Amino acid sequence: MIWLTWRQFRTQAAVMFAVVAGFAVLLAVTGPQLADLYESGGSSLVDQLSSTDQTLYYTGLTVVFAVPAVIGMFWGAPLISRELETGTHRLVWNQSITRTRWFAAKLGVGALAAMTASGLVSLAVTWWSGPIDRAVDNGGGTETYLARLDPLAFAARGIVPVGYAAFAFVLGVTLGLVIHRTLPAMATTLAVYTAVQVAVPLWVRSHLAASSRTTVPIGSGTPIGIREEGREIAVPLEQPGAWLTSEQTLNAAGRPSSPPASFADCLQPASGPPSMERIDRCVADLGERGYQQQLTYHPAGNFWPLQWAETGLYLGLALALAGFCAWWLRRRLT
Amino acid sequence: MSAVLRAQALGKKYKQRWALRDCDLDIPAGRVVGLVGPNGAGKSTLLNLASGLLTPTAGTIEVCGGRPAAGVDQLAKVGFVAQDTPTYASLSVADHLDLGRHLNPTWDDALARDRIRRLGLDPKQRAGKLSGGQRAQLALTLGIAKRPQLLILDEPVAALDPLARREFMQDLMEAVAEHEMSVVLSSHLVSDVERACDYVIVLVDSRVQVTGDIEDLVASHHRLTGPRRDPDTLPTGLHILSASHTERQTTLLVRTDTAVHDPGWTVSPLGLEDIILAHMTRPADAVRDSRPALEVLR
Repeated sequence: MIWLTWRQFRTQAAVMFAVVAGFAVLLAVTGPQLADLYESGGSSLVDQLSSTDQTLYYTGLTVVFAVPAVIGMFWGAPLISRELETGTHRLVWNQSITRTRWFAAKLGVGALAAMTASGLVSLAVTWWSGPIDRAVDNGGGTETYLARLDPLAFAARGIVPVGYAAFAFVLGVTLGLVIHRTLPAMATTLAVYTAVQVAVPLWVRSHLAASSRTTVPIGSGTPIGIREEGREIAVPLEQPGAWLTSEQTLNAAGRPSSPPASFADCLQPASGPPSMERIDRCVADLGERGYQQQLTYHPAGNFWPLQWAETGLYLGLALALAGFCAWWLRRRLT
Repeated sequence: MSAVLRAQALGKKYKQRWALRDCDLDIPAGRVVGLVGPNGAGKSTLLNLASGLLTPTAGTIEVCGGRPAAGVDQLAKVGFVAQDTPTYASLSVADHLDLGRHLNPTWDDALARDRIRRLGLDPKQRAGKLSGGQRAQLALTLGIAKRPQLLILDEPVAALDPLARREFMQDLMEAVAEHEMSVVLSSHLVSDVERACDYVIVLVDSRVQVTGDIEDLVASHHRLTGPRRDPDTLPTGLHILSASHTERQTTLLVRTDTAVHDPGWTVSPLGLEDIILAHMTRPADAVRDSRPALEVLR
């Protein structure tokens, strides 16, 4: 069965691995120079990067994002739906092999290849971006280059792309099996995978490891963001590489509260926009009233615990879907 | 000999509709069985149940002594050429033989290669580029080279032109004679069955209408022609399948196990096609019980 799986799969696999290999070569050529820059300049590396480096940096992110989605659509979704569509399942299910073994071989080979492709591309990008990531974590952060824990960069580093690829592949297989038709299955796979990739960083990831909390006093000179006309404030977290997940203003009693109405009034002078001095005075006044800002965040050191936990989560989802497929094949497709 | 296919109260329901019901069959081994019936009668459903592609909603089916597709051993005993003879369009003829070799412990590679050579198929040709007849031959080769005890073919020639049809059936019959297997094949054309089979199952409207040895069927069905009279006056033991009357003459198609000795009737033999057609056109009610049938005829 491995033979047939390989025979049916080799073209798709060859295309994907050729693209991955080509990109890896590109990174391998340009990567050592970044390492040298970090060696000599440390955190100031980010200031010395060229626009080519920036393009490569973001191309790397995009490629690691795209690989699992493409695998789900082009490897996963057609795997069974194409057989059902062309009727060849009736040929292969009447050879001397049970459906379960047939499915296990197809799924096993595909998932392994998916995880390898995605893992390799993530490895290459993680290695290439390593000097930049270290520079950012050491305080060299800019608007352009993200901390490893930033939701955008996190998904394109380390081992999570392996979990994403396994999940995307099995998701495609499942939808192909249930929908029976290749094109709709491909479209649905992309939609569902994207939805999951948006939902996890928004609502799930921050709970996958213990977060830290710090309380920052508010006073004159505190860099502060003011939203909703003074009913909400934001204070930056002075920790390079950390991922701020939520913040909350506390009143003098230490209870969660929005800034008092007097703060909003203070910011609304009779005429024109408030001057910088006036804003600073309002903020200082807020601090004197005992208001503080509580920040909840994941420190840079939480990168690997979060990576392992999220990879585990996606692999678990993939396994659950595989079990569902096996059940569906035996019970529903009869 | 033991039964190669046995069904008891077998039924299959899709959503609200019964595609097959109350099906009782006991087909002896070593036969070439023709399954005939109009389109949508449940032929494919019955064969898919026999191959294990479908599972029954009601009753049981047993093939070569086991539940269909129950395991590798059971799968190896039954060859199945599915409707429209599916093959992998992007795989070559040789790839298909490799597929058969890898997936079947009982695979006869010499037989497969010999057949492909004899059929004049190019092993490097992709299956997607083959003609309908060649594709059917390739699918048949996969079915035969597996060396099954029972070979099931679901409308194997439906898409073929008359010449390819004749060649395919002839080739099938040669293979059957050579390799001693039981065969069940379905067709909506009686002529296919008449040429190839020695046993017939007629399926109409999701039910088995008649089943039996073709020779026995031919021997027990007659056309009776005589002066017009009431069919009620017939001797017992005659089942009337159809009756037609002209001013002075009555023609009956009957089934009987004994000879008809009434000198008032001219008895002539019936061909298989006439017999099957007579059973197919019998009113649906008549099938379930023979008594209401007579009422209908009165």
